[in-house]
Amino acid sequence: MARPSEHTSAAITDPAWLRWSLIGAAVALIAVVILLPLAMVIVEAASAGWFAYLDAVTESDTLAAIRLTLLVSVLCVPANLVFGICAAWAITKFRFPGKNLLLTLIDLPFSVSPVVAGLVFVLLFGSQGWFGPWLREHEIKIIFSTPGIVLATMFVTFPFVARELIPLMQQQGADQEEAAASLGAGGWQIFWRVTFPNVRWALLYGVLLCNARAMGEFGAVSVVSGHIRGLTNTLPLQVEILHNEFNSAAAFAVASLLTLVALLTLGLKLWLERRHGEGLAHTPRSH
Amino acid sequence: MTRMATSVVRTSWRQAGPLPGLGLTLGLSLTWLSLIVLIPLLALLVKSAGLGPAGWWAIASDPRVLSAMKLSFGTALIAALINTLIGTPIAWALVRYRFPGRSTLDALIDLPFALPTAVAGIALTAIYAGNGWLGPSLESVGIKIAYTPSGIVMALLFIGLPFTVRTVQPVLENLQHEHEEAAASLGASRWTTLWRVNFPQVLPAMLTGFSLAFARGVGEYGSVIFIAGNLPYVSEIAPLLIVIKLEEFDYRGATVLAMLMLIASFLILFLINTLQRRVARGQTL
Repeated sequence: MARPSEHTSAAITDPAWLRWSLIGAAVALIAVVILLPLAMVIVEAASAGWFAYLDAVTESDTLAAIRLTLLVSVLCVPANLVFGICAAWAITKFRFPGKNLLLTLIDLPFSVSPVVAGLVFVLLFGSQGWFGPWLREHEIKIIFSTPGIVLATMFVTFPFVARELIPLMQQQGADQEEAAASLGAGGWQIFWRVTFPNVRWALLYGVLLCNARAMGEFGAVSVVSGHIRGLTNTLPLQVEILHNEFNSAAAFAVASLLTLVALLTLGLKLWLERRHGEGLAHTPRSH
Repeated sequence: MTRMATSVVRTSWRQAGPLPGLGLTLGLSLTWLSLIVLIPLLALLVKSAGLGPAGWWAIASDPRVLSAMKLSFGTALIAALINTLIGTPIAWALVRYRFPGRSTLDALIDLPFALPTAVAGIALTAIYAGNGWLGPSLESVGIKIAYTPSGIVMALLFIGLPFTVRTVQPVLENLQHEHEEAAASLGASRWTTLWRVNFPQVLPAMLTGFSLAFARGVGEYGSVIFIAGNLPYVSEIAPLLIVIKLEEFDYRGATVLAMLMLIASFLILFLINTLQRRVARGQTL
């Protein structure tokens, strides 16, 4: 019988019936709520056979969606990275008034519905929006075009890197950096030689989660995209279109690509937590 | 905004330590935050304030808007409650017991964070539809999930589960075994110990998990719209109604509905946070 290794006292060990019913319940619940959808994607994607699968994922609209999704991620993740580092540096290495307000504002996008995240950009740049007439005069398209998709994705992914860095850098303090400064090191030198080695795994962790969300965002992107086939559809939107056309096999084939990204993300995340757990912030991880 | 930023920088520069870069990093952070998050949200605020009380009332009292709000908040509350009730024992089993497959299951709890919502949406729909894996057997006992409000709850269960498990888990890991041992040595039964010693220590984390799952559920769109059926007055969630109003170029309606959602969820989160702080301080409810 499996025994919790860290428990030496029999007094705090749950009775066997309780232990096994809780284990059974936990396994059953995780299987139904989480594993079943995962299995469904894999089974449905494979259902039409290898050639149909290849056809579906190499179809020209799908390829365009893959390109757009990669472009969005390539633009959003570095921007998020630079912002995250700047915000964490300012917040954890200095004292200034309004710091708590700033922390709250950085987290704000997490409490806003993705649909509202898309809506705010329509209100700014849409045809009836604040800058709508000006944009039309200058023939610049933001809404129903790539810039709008990038902006909406930046909004929803905004807190990701900052959230991983700030708690970790708070725990680490500024002593090492101040020592380097007193020895005459410049700002860049301090960051690259002292701070970066201390935070690189947390940085990677934040980038990983940011990328997963950037590639998978649906609600915010759906509002600003206009769903133009081959032009403004990201992969999640392509899944929706194929599903709505009752092309289930193709929808699940495209969905399986996103599922692969999700599983890779989970695998890397697990590796980071196992191998470099001491280099990550010790906070409950919920995004 | 930038002027405010520089004045903040100047006053604090003097109190700051010997490290360089406050002006640059704080300036860039505030500029980026303003451009991507604050100014867009301000646009929402200004647009909705410009409608006046009469304009607000006309939209907020529309029965279709009211039923969408009721549905979004109701299903999010039910799902967050179920997720808290099942998430806590799941966290307990993962932390306290060793069994084959434990670490794999533990890692998979995070799948909803990583899996795009649209993928979850079509998978759940396929599972619970009339010709799906679970749909037919559930329908034979009279339970219909796909294309009903139950389907919305089902999608929100998937989306919210990691929030409740992951907030309770670290608290369980850090529980002091001495408390339990003391209770046991004083003659308390295992059940009494769990209920009187462990539960109060975990309750604040359960409330945090509940509020995170609830906040996420209220605004959730991608996983829900595929399984919901989206029938006005029956299974049409508030975020979907925002999208519909936008497609009809009803910007005012969309704006007011978005503001109503924001206000209502902030109020509820504020209530939960107050409750949580009282529980954490050991006061009675």
